[in-house]
Amino acid sequence: MTQPQTLFEKVWAQHVVRPQTPETPAVLYIDLHLVHEVTSPQAFAQLRERGLRVRRPGRTLGTMDHSTPTTPRNALGIIPVTDAMAAAQLDVMRQNCRDFGIPLFDLGTENQGIVHVIGPEQGLTQPGMTIVCGDSHTSTHGAFGALAFGIGTSEVAHVLATQCLLQSKPKTMAVRVDGHLRPGVTAKDIILAVIARIGVGGGTGYVFEYMGEAIRGLNMEGRMTVCNMSIEGGARAGMIAPDDTTFEYLAGRPLAPQGADWDRAVARWRALPSDEGAVFDNEVRIVADELAPMITYGTNPGMGMPIDGRVPDPDGVKDVNQRTALDKALRYMDLKPGQPLLGQPVDVVFIGSCTNSRISDLREAANLLRGRRVAEGVRVMVVPGSQRVKAQAEAEGLDEVFKAAGAEWREAGCSMCIAMNGDQLQPGQYAVSTSNRNFEGRQGKGGRTFLASPLTAAASAVNGVITDPREMMERVYS
Amino acid sequence: MEPIRAFSGKVVSLPINDVDTDQIIPARFLKVTDKAGLGANLFADWRYDANGAPRPDFVLNRPEHQGAEVLVVGDNFGCGSSREHAPWALKGAGFKAVISTSFADIFKNNALKNGLLPVVVDSDTLQRLHNLVDEDPEVRVTVDLAAQTLTLPDGRSVAFPIDPFAKYCLLNGVDQLGFLLGLDADIAAYEAAHPSRVNTLAL
Repeated sequence: MTQPQTLFEKVWAQHVVRPQTPETPAVLYIDLHLVHEVTSPQAFAQLRERGLRVRRPGRTLGTMDHSTPTTPRNALGIIPVTDAMAAAQLDVMRQNCRDFGIPLFDLGTENQGIVHVIGPEQGLTQPGMTIVCGDSHTSTHGAFGALAFGIGTSEVAHVLATQCLLQSKPKTMAVRVDGHLRPGVTAKDIILAVIARIGVGGGTGYVFEYMGEAIRGLNMEGRMTVCNMSIEGGARAGMIAPDDTTFEYLAGRPLAPQGADWDRAVARWRALPSDEGAVFDNEVRIVADELAPMITYGTNPGMGMPIDGRVPDPDGVKDVNQRTALDKALRYMDLKPGQPLLGQPVDVVFIGSCTNSRISDLREAANLLRGRRVAEGVRVMVVPGSQRVKAQAEAEGLDEVFKAAGAEWREAGCSMCIAMNGDQLQPGQYAVSTSNRNFEGRQGKGGRTFLASPLTAAASAVNGVITDPREMMERVYS
Repeated sequence: MEPIRAFSGKVVSLPINDVDTDQIIPARFLKVTDKAGLGANLFADWRYDANGAPRPDFVLNRPEHQGAEVLVVGDNFGCGSSREHAPWALKGAGFKAVISTSFADIFKNNALKNGLLPVVVDSDTLQRLHNLVDEDPEVRVTVDLAAQTLTLPDGRSVAFPIDPFAKYCLLNGVDQLGFLLGLDADIAAYEAAHPSRVNTLAL
């Protein structure tokens, strides 16, 4: 009888070109390589220097998302790029894709969007695949039962030229979320709670597998939100076993298998989930029923708490380094130990990013904003994850809901999650953000970020202060 | 790449946990298409004030630390994004090694591909290093990759782990892309046995 295997071990084993030896890491085959403008130019330059070609252009897809403006189109329907460095970087991306024969979703075209939104949307992200991108949030694609992780630019060059990576086998951690989420508590709150539990380095060296009733109960977009932030717990990849929810999401998408191929694919995919008795190197367990909406108070995603909690006191932290870090974070955030965050004034609300910019995220936010106005003086930006999400939202009239509430409805991209395209906080401003990182200056130099779910972001937009969305939801759903 | 040799270098102490790559090199400096010049923006938001002037109290700006080649930090250095601009910026600013109790996975991989040594030590040794630099900013340590040892000024040596393949490549100037290109036959055999099920060219 063969040893029971985890989902990760199955996908890993199916992609080993050369096994790991004491002297060399494994050579792992990469099924899909997603490429964007910020982390690829130096990789293409390396290929040019050495006279190399892209080995498998048909396993490669380019998009533009990080440095792209999300400002409205001009009279010609074009999104103007006013930042000369960004414009030059986008031109280099176009030239590289043209020269190396890689398909590109160019700025403003119908399929363009955030790299981790477009892969699933096109049906490219499939169970059992290996997927990489020069972006740490590549872990998102693990929601489909793919092994997906971020790589550096040197490795981007490796994959472009050889479709392979040198990898040491990581350890596995089961992240079990039992029970059921209560109303107003979402996938974002699950992952913020997991990271608050294990810390930002707790998953270093591991691949997570999320499992349990609450994970099974999430739709694909919720599962993507969870897997997306695996890296914020230190894990390069997070995976969820494929099931009927996965297959229903994929069926009929442009690059998903069709006809008889579909049936064969589903049969293959059904063999992927971890076997009964498969052993993980570590495990963490969360009970969904006990979760409240989560919010961060500090300067890394592990500094999170239930929204009705109080900011922790550094004096209560035993470890000297952790105490120093908390003290430094609270000074940056200008928050006091013991203070509640409910009622904390905010200047900006950002709804978007590869964590929370998909159609169900926008629907949740719009449901809460429908018939309401955002508070006076609060800037609310809604940035769809892709042009397709934008079109879908507009077909459903969500854009009108956002605009009527006083929010900005923008073009697709990473926007204020990484703040390299001009969408940014001013020094000292507070934002509730549905993105993934609250690092110092992440959303603009001197800006201060509270990470939360789309529901919490929308509720806080209405009141102009951090607000528990459950207070408003009784009215939404009654 | 140039083979890495043992070296003795001056040390800067930055005793902060969980330093993320957005601090090492803020995202607004990523609109470049080459690797040059990133060293000037290493730790930009800690290093410079709102007008772009160096903050005299930030450790990298102190005169006694100019020319330092070893950065001693807190736990879990390099968490966050995959940007290889982080090791490029550290290298660009003259650093050859970073010492911590742990490194984020992607940062560590990126550092090793650029000849920046991620040296992992236990927390007592790390604290001792911070103390030594506090006492004497001119203090030097020796990093010997071949022997996998870090030698403190008092002559005490501690061993550090490193991935054997990365070590081999760094000591011999072997470039990993060249190694992978040499496996063309294995890759072709794998591809023949595993036909592609996706085709982005069909989009």
